[in-house]
Amino acid sequence: MDQPYYSTANGARRRLTVFTFASPRNFYHLAGRLIPWFTALGVLAGLAGLAIGLLFAPTDFQQGDAYRIIFVHVPAAWMSMLVYMAMAGWAGFGLAYHTGVSSIMASALAPTGALFTFLALWTGALWGKPTWGAWWVWDARLTSELILLFLYLGFMGLHASIADPRRADRAAAVLALVGAVNIPIIYFSVYWWNTLHQGPSVTLGNAPTMAPAMLAAMLLMVAAFWCYGIAVALRRARCIVLERHGSAAWLRRRTK
Amino acid sequence: MGLTCQQLTCRRGRSTLFAGVSFSLHAGEALWVQGRNGSGKTTLLRSLCGLALPDRGAVHWQGKPVLATRAHYHSQLLHIGHADGLKPDLLAWENLALGGLPGERCSREAALRALDEIGLKAEAQRPVRLLSQGQRKRVALARLLLSPSRPLWILDEPLAALDQDSSAQVSQLLQAHCARGGMLVLTTHQDPALPGARQLQLGASC
Amino acid sequence: MLKAARQLMQRDLLLAMRRRSDALMPLAFFLVTTTLFPLAIGPDTKLLRSVAPGIVWVAALLASLLGLQRLFADDHADGSLEQLLLSPQPLEVLVLAKVLAHWLTSGLPLLMLAPLVALQYGLDAEAMGVLWLGLLLGTPVLSLLGSIGAGLALGARGGSVLVALILMPLYIPLLILGSSAVVAASDGTGSAPHLMLLGALLAGSLAASPWAAAAALRIAYE
Repeated sequence: MDQPYYSTANGARRRLTVFTFASPRNFYHLAGRLIPWFTALGVLAGLAGLAIGLLFAPTDFQQGDAYRIIFVHVPAAWMSMLVYMAMAGWAGFGLAYHTGVSSIMASALAPTGALFTFLALWTGALWGKPTWGAWWVWDARLTSELILLFLYLGFMGLHASIADPRRADRAAAVLALVGAVNIPIIYFSVYWWNTLHQGPSVTLGNAPTMAPAMLAAMLLMVAAFWCYGIAVALRRARCIVLERHGSAAWLRRRTK
Repeated sequence: MGLTCQQLTCRRGRSTLFAGVSFSLHAGEALWVQGRNGSGKTTLLRSLCGLALPDRGAVHWQGKPVLATRAHYHSQLLHIGHADGLKPDLLAWENLALGGLPGERCSREAALRALDEIGLKAEAQRPVRLLSQGQRKRVALARLLLSPSRPLWILDEPLAALDQDSSAQVSQLLQAHCARGGMLVLTTHQDPALPGARQLQLGASC
Repeated sequence: MLKAARQLMQRDLLLAMRRRSDALMPLAFFLVTTTLFPLAIGPDTKLLRSVAPGIVWVAALLASLLGLQRLFADDHADGSLEQLLLSPQPLEVLVLAKVLAHWLTSGLPLLMLAPLVALQYGLDAEAMGVLWLGLLLGTPVLSLLGSIGAGLALGARGGSVLVALILMPLYIPLLILGSSAVVAASDGTGSAPHLMLLGALLAGSLAASPWAAAAALRIAYE
């Protein structure tokens, strides 16, 4: 066989293309099969990461044990950004190719991203109290996270305010893309405005300035958040598919 | 070659407004779209204009899909929808000269002449918000007199709120348009008095 | 194409003249808001001078948000927006014409009022000049980005509040650059980089906003 094929429920063979999973039915089944795997991976990675981070990583010289909150804060902050980009990407795909499932994926990612942002803000404040002495000091990183939260809320608010789901998808997609284009501008201007937050100590491709155990814990937590995010988003997407296509024949057959 | 509609399907929420609508319109032909309230007549017309995206099917103008050649299609199309598209604060003739069709040259004299022809000479200098609904409709329809070069007219309820004389006058306008070789798609609850108009019934199956 | 754009702009300006209160109310709001802050903070001149740039910019932002409704909502209600969408002219150019007319009736009058407010807060001549220049570059950006928000919120429930929620994050770079320019001028560190970045923001918005706003309008009519 020179082209990948897949078998449908009634035994027919179809060619696998980029748009195969744009059909709600195929997506629903694929998501159903992926969720348990990502959930399991997420739980394992999370437990391992938290164990190493909380128990085995050495105490920091300056900050004592309070620094350990970065094992939740930093992955949450990274994921909040990543999820926004993923959301904008799916939304853009849906806008360009008129695929409803892509837009459903974007809508499913939004609350997860907002939650990550909120978690990053909250853990950031918890970290800030022992290190800076105040809950909120308007440093560049956290302020940018706050603005990112507003971007998520704007997306979800716009989507919720339009009655027709297809139109809501497309309008929110335009907003997500406009937001994605603006994020570098916003980040730059907020950094310009304030430079208090410490520079990032783990960056892709650079040698970390942290002990190996800390790095391991951080990367495990990132993996855990990633898997959690995917699992939850897929679950939510399945629910939205049920909401929108509830009367479809293939769903009725399943739920009988 | 003219307006072709193939298997047009539109859904609103969970229900299907209309499905599998197909027709072909050539020069000199008129199509009268009928149906109960809520059967999707306005949505069909808007899909034909290229404003609304159908769930399935396509609309073609002179062989090319309407959504791909919007600018060209819109230069051949005149659409008057439910809302009359008049600015209430502008005078009647100002609406035609400034507001009506962006880009079309229309002088004050031409606007006044059009209003005169449609029987609104006295109202030409009054702001539209002071006109009655029927008079507003006639101001909107005066646009038909100003753009004879556009071959396709898609009109949503052109005869609504008009009295008998105005109704007859507008019907004559529509007949003349078809006689010149133009195409017409309209919805109306009354009989448009267009002999030879084809009829399309929506909502028969839903 | 340019003729159509000019005609549309003339129409919008004529309409604004006929309904002057619609255009003037956001300006009144601007004046009232900038008067509220000294009443709330106290008449300490040194304090007022230091917070003036931020307050003027925030007030300008809020006034602009209030005035955005009349950009598309009226046209949408009476059906003339539908006619614009059916025009053979590129929608992006028509949107730009409407935004320009909107700025002429909202941003430009605000520019003329800004020196008055600067005097209220005791800004010196140099700071006032930088504030004015910043607003000159920034108020068109408010209208341009605002057109995206107004277009997206057409046919959505939520009205002005939704538009504000959508636009606030997008306005933040403008706010930061505009007010820090004045602060830099007062400090003596030079406002040129801030103003140049504002100019860049204006150029970027001019290029990208009509496109996004046109897409939003088409989606609103689907």
